[in-house]
Amino acid sequence: MPHILAERLSIAFPLYHVGARSLKKRLLANSPLRLRTDENDRVVVAALNELDFNIRSGERVALVGQNGAGKTTLLRTMAGVYEPVAGRLEVVGRIGSLIDPSAGMDPDATGRENIILRGLFRGMDDKQSAEMAVEVGAFSGLGEFLDVPIRTYSAGMSVRLSFAVATLMQPEVLLMDEWFSAGDADFMARAQQRLEELVQKAEILVLASHSMEIVRAWCTRAIRLQGGRIIDDGPVERVTANM
Amino acid sequence: MISDSANPRRVRRALEDLELGARRWRLPVALARLDIRNRYRGSVLGPFWMTLSTAITFVALGLLYSTLFKMNLPEYLPFLVVSMILWNVFAQMVGDACTSLIAAEGIIRQMPLPYTVHALRCLMRNAVVAAHNLPLILVVFLVFNSWPGIGALLALPGMVLFTLNAFAAVMFLGMVCARFRDIGPIVGTVMQLAFFVSPVIWKPELLHDQQKWLVLNPFYDLMEVVRGPLLNMPPSLLVWVAAVLITTVNCSVAFVFFVRFRGRIAFWV
Repeated sequence: MPHILAERLSIAFPLYHVGARSLKKRLLANSPLRLRTDENDRVVVAALNELDFNIRSGERVALVGQNGAGKTTLLRTMAGVYEPVAGRLEVVGRIGSLIDPSAGMDPDATGRENIILRGLFRGMDDKQSAEMAVEVGAFSGLGEFLDVPIRTYSAGMSVRLSFAVATLMQPEVLLMDEWFSAGDADFMARAQQRLEELVQKAEILVLASHSMEIVRAWCTRAIRLQGGRIIDDGPVERVTANM
Repeated sequence: MISDSANPRRVRRALEDLELGARRWRLPVALARLDIRNRYRGSVLGPFWMTLSTAITFVALGLLYSTLFKMNLPEYLPFLVVSMILWNVFAQMVGDACTSLIAAEGIIRQMPLPYTVHALRCLMRNAVVAAHNLPLILVVFLVFNSWPGIGALLALPGMVLFTLNAFAAVMFLGMVCARFRDIGPIVGTVMQLAFFVSPVIWKPELLHDQQKWLVLNPFYDLMEVVRGPLLNMPPSLLVWVAAVLITTVNCSVAFVFFVRFRGRIAFWV
């Protein structure tokens, strides 16, 4: 059964390439909440601080909180980009992440080449990638532009392509950052439908969002983050009541 | 996927990384191909500019040095061509290795991929570039009628050693340079120095009695196991032993480093 289990999960980003020394002086002057020095005497940003949660199959979880609360870092950690600095994280199930749709795109390659490249990023073989190119081509409605370098695309066209490529998967655990916009009205409607399908088919949804409207419509449970800590975890209605 | 900071199982995860990266070789091949294509986008000769500029350099250098060092051309030019091409592969690989992970930052921070993929991408990119210069070696053999004969096959195990070292170097330097941004320029300086102290443009014979110490220069050993067979001057057993030893040390250091710090790379780039 797909599930996500975090036990005292912590992520800290060391500040390597800034003037750590002067920063340290200032740190000592006023005791900050998230900047601290670790055991090796490095200045680190505590991005996530001892998170405990358990997401079971069937749950639709929203991550809410202000900018910089740690929502995207938590998504990336669950996706496997960052390894926990302390604590434990267990993610069972085929993961699909919609965090940055245009990651890994090559601006000088054509739309079709980018689709195949994305297929390779996901570990598909040539045949599967070629099938994916056909499907993405149809969905994005890019037509002849599919064989033109994406450097020449308009903003709307890029969004269509990256959306179509990113959403062509059937994950059990869907990790999603908020990025619903752009594209013309016709595409928006199809995009909405595709997303809803994806969300319904996934066993677990974790969505980071600022839009309470979307959170209330899609999610059953909300985890509220502040300063890298969980300050509330419960049914969407209760957690988002005063937001 | 379970990651537990109290029980990180680093060795196993590093091995899984290497295995998965190798199994998905299509990805680094595709990325390396795109890298090369993008570098020469819109150019008529494309990567063959490298062949052309290397060829011109050789003709000029060959003439200059044979006059300067009073060497006869048929004896000197094949040596120079093979040495320079090998050295260029070496130097470019090392230079590229320093930015292999930093340049992949956009991918590393967005999706989980075996880090081996980035190293293989760098390796393959450089292998393709190197392949464009290989015809020059054949041309020189043809012009000076200095075919090495069947002994040239010994260059193949030499190339295997060469490649293993390159892979280890890319892994190691990619990580170290991501963490300490000053290492890149330092490596550049060291390589420049190594170019002059290694017998690349000067023949080892010039050292006369001191020649026996050359085996202590790792660049010499690794180059000699490929160069020697191609030039019909089979390297001594000592050079082979040294090359194997260097490869073992290189790969071990890179592996230990990779095991220990693999999980930190995403925080470094």
